[in-house]
Order: sequence, then structure tokens, then C-alpha cells
Amino acid sequence: MSGDARSVSGDVLRRPGAGRGRRIGAAIGRALWWSAAVFGLPFGLLALWWVLSADSETFYLPPLSEILASFDDVWWHSDRLRADVLPSLLRLAAGFLLAVAVGVGLGVLIGSFRRVRAFCEPVLEFLRAIPPPVLVPVLMLFAGFGNTMKVLVVLSGCVWPILLNTVEGVRAVDEVLAETCRCYGIRGPARLWHLVVRSASPQIVTGLRQALSVGIILMVISEMFAANNGLGFTIIQFQRTFAVTDMWTGILLLGLLGFLLAMLLRLFERSALRWYLGLRHSQRDDGQR
Amino acid sequence: MTRAATVPPPAATAPAPAGRSGGTGRPRGDTALLGLLGFAAFLLVLELVPRLGLVSANYLPPTSEIAVALGELLGESRFWTAVADTLRGWFLGLAIAVALGVVVGFVLGTVPVLREFTASTVEFLRPIPSVALIPLAVLLFGTDLRSVLLLVVYAAFWQVLVQVLYGVRDVDPVARDTAYTFRLSRWARIRHLLWPTALPYLLTGVRLAAAVALILAITAELIVGAPGLGNEINRAQSGGAVDTMYALIIVTGLLGVAVNVLARRLERAVLSWHPSVRGEGTR
Repeated sequence: MSGDARSVSGDVLRRPGAGRGRRIGAAIGRALWWSAAVFGLPFGLLALWWVLSADSETFYLPPLSEILASFDDVWWHSDRLRADVLPSLLRLAAGFLLAVAVGVGLGVLIGSFRRVRAFCEPVLEFLRAIPPPVLVPVLMLFAGFGNTMKVLVVLSGCVWPILLNTVEGVRAVDEVLAETCRCYGIRGPARLWHLVVRSASPQIVTGLRQALSVGIILMVISEMFAANNGLGFTIIQFQRTFAVTDMWTGILLLGLLGFLLAMLLRLFERSALRWYLGLRHSQRDDGQR
Repeated sequence: MTRAATVPPPAATAPAPAGRSGGTGRPRGDTALLGLLGFAAFLLVLELVPRLGLVSANYLPPTSEIAVALGELLGESRFWTAVADTLRGWFLGLAIAVALGVVVGFVLGTVPVLREFTASTVEFLRPIPSVALIPLAVLLFGTDLRSVLLLVVYAAFWQVLVQVLYGVRDVDPVARDTAYTFRLSRWARIRHLLWPTALPYLLTGVRLAAAVALILAITAELIVGAPGLGNEINRAQSGGAVDTMYALIIVTGLLGVAVNVLARRLERAVLSWHPSVRGEGTR
């Protein structure tokens, strides 16, 4: 998206003698263009959905207006936000953070030592290839139906992308930087933090992004299986009782949550990887101009 | 998915497939031996843990028992039907998603206005977890194959689309200017400029999508109840056949490994001309 925004602004900048009025006009035009680009299609699609479903008689596809109208009642004016959404989010957060700790810790260890890596890699490849939802029944055996099981399910799925990306990132630490560290006698925790983790961080963040989407999926699935609260449970409950409109609000809410969490992670990425994004930006521009 | 990146790594113009042995002139045999040793140790631990009573054998049967259950499964036609069902859902879903992703990706990628106007929508729809569609799939299609396909296509499509979008954007400026200078037609530009540039990205997308598609196919079977391995796992679990359940899980893992290996093979075969693949051989 940013690439195109640049080309638009480039047009404006190329007019050398533009007066103040024209510049303001151009700025307004640019803002209009930008907001049209960002909001045009989503609102267009929503409008289309609204119109097409307006007098829908199909039981499974209620009018959008009805869905939106009941959204408030289903989620906001009831206890569900506290009783269902909050526990879901807490489980997700717990599982995700545990996965980060385990994944980055083990990943740095495995990535740093060639023999450890050779020893572990085939097993890891195999474990990672097992579709995570399949482990839900297994973990149900071990940990029952409680919160522990759900946190473990999220952990078991999230840990692989983080772990494997960390291993790759640690492996790819710049040789020159590593040598420099050795020359200056930087060792131990300082080396770990400033060289290894820092160099691996772009890869780690990629792992986090993948882990987040897996985590949300697993959170919902574990609740669909066996739970008495949570988003997944509630949505399945709506589906089983044929409360189709309510079910649709649940789908919308899940989508919204997925989107918000992804945005949150991106904010984190922007601040944590500022050095790297800047570096990449300058490299890209060099290549292009 | 080892070095999986939705955003391809910056240093390499193309997502270089990670060499399995890790590259620089190490004795391969050494690595392979250690790996085998690791696997043996893993199996041994799984055998010993229940035997020593650290974990109840009701929850985690020893490896040998799982192996026996696996052997029994291999003789059952029911098991093979389930495998075939799962693979069918996986393959059909993946094929549809890749076709859609390529077409939509190229159209959006080559028309700047379209790309600009769809970017926010793509960004919004992509993080929507595909499981949100499960209740809808159940209501619309029941335990039909179409339920599986709905979920698989939705999840795999974004992987392909985003990679193609990145790939189309990555055209080398010099090559692009050259193409303009030689007045290549639109079609020729797509054929000789865009396609080779985007191909490595596309294949990374296919590899990611293949893994995701398998996960969702099995998930759909597990939760929706469509016929296939996931459904068999559910049956084994509720029937108390714990060793069969583990055997089935191992099968899904093996399928996953097979899918990954196949996708990598495909990548190498299709990209044999590409520096990222050629480079590995000369090293």
C-alpha cells in the first residue's frame, strides 16, 4: 500500500511552481484519494451485502441489518463480553506468551549449536508437521476439560512457528558481526541479547505473526470441543440452537478480534523492529532509484 | 515452513529454500546420523515414559503399542478410505485456492489502482480466522466435502494471494525499464517479466498453503465430522482406543512431512533456473 501512496505523492512533489493554494488542494485531493482507497472497497462490500441480503428469506443468510442490530444485544448488553470473550482472550494470551518464552528460548539454544540442531531437527520437523488441532483430543486426555488444556493447546500450536523461525534466524547471524563480537570479547548474556536475539528478531517476529493466527484458531477449536464458556463455545452453541443471526454476530466478532490482534502485533513489530524496517527501506530505495 | 515468511527475507531477492543440511561444506553423513539418533532417542523416551509409570499408559501408550496399532490400521480398508478422503479435500481445496490466488493476485498486482483499493480489504480479511466459518459451513453444507473445501480454500487462498502480491511488486527496475524500452506488449511483459519474478514467491505461497490446507482439511473433519482422518481420530478418542488415536496422529504428521517434502521438491524442480536454487549446488 505504501508503495502506491509514494507514487501519488511523487506526482505532487514533481510540480515545482505549485502555489500554496494548489498545494493545499493537492493535499486534500491526496487525502480524499487515500481514504477512498482504504475505505472504498470495504464499505462497498458491506453496502452490497446489506442490499443483497436486505430481504433475504434464506434462513441461513439473514439480512445484514438484522445481524448488526442484534450485535449489541448479543455481545454488548449481556454478560458475554466478560463471561466468554475475556476468558478466551486470557487463554490465548497465556498460551501465546508461554509459546514465545519456550520457542525463543529453545530456538536460540538449538540454533546456536550445530550438533544440537542436527540432533533435534528431524524430530522437530515431524512434530511440526502434525496438524495442531489433532492434539486437542490428546491434551484433553492429559489435562481434562479445564483452562490448562486450552492453554496447552494454544501453546502446542504456537510454539512451532516461533521455534523454527528463531532457529533459522539464529543460524543466519551475520558472520562479520559475530567475529566483531568475538574480537571485542562480548560474551554471555550481552552477546545473546545484543547479537543473537537482535539479529534473529525479524525472523522471530515472522514466527510470532504465524503463531498468532494459529493461536486464535486453536483457542476457538479447543473451546468448540469441550468448554462451558468462551467464544468458540458460544458460537457453536448458537449454531446448534439455530440462532443463525446470533451465530453471524459471533463470526463477525471473531473476525474483528482476529483483525485487532493482528494490528496489535503489527504495532509491536513497528516499534521492536524499527531499526530493521528502516534499514530495509533504505536498501530498497537505493535499489530502485 | 521452516523459513516461512509472509514477507520474504529482504537480503535474498527470492525466498531461498533453506538447505536441509544447513549448507557450508559440512559432512552430510554426520548430520544425518545425529538426526537419526535424535529420532531414536525421541522414540525411546516415548517408550520409557509410560513403562516407567511417569505417565499413565492409558494416556500415552508406549511406542511399541502405538506401532502395533499403526500396523493394524494399515491393514484396514476403512483407514485407507479416510486417507483418501483427507487427501481429496486437501488437494481440491489447495488447487482451487492456488488458481484463485494466482488469478486474483496477478490482476490486483498489475493494476496499481486496483491494488491500492483492495489493500485494506485484503489486510482486513486475511487475519479472520478460518475457523470462524465452521458454524456457517456446518449449517450450509453439513458434513459434506463442500464444508471442508470452504474452510481449506479460505485459509489457503490468502497465503497464495499475499505471496503473489509481494512477488509482482518485486520486479527488478532495470528489467522493467528494459521491457518498456523494447516495447514489450502487456502480455509479453506478464509472460517474461512478471511471471518469472513472481514465481519464487508463488511457490513459497504454495508451500505455505499446502501445509495450511492439510491442517484445515483435518480440522474440518475433526470438528465438522466430514469423513477423513480427523473424523477417525475423533472416533478413536471417544471410543477409548487411545493407541489407535496416536497411530492416526502419527499418520497425519507423516502426511504433513510428505506434503512439505513434496512442496520443496516442486519448488526446486520449477525453480531450477533460479539463482537461489542454483547457488546451492555450486556451494
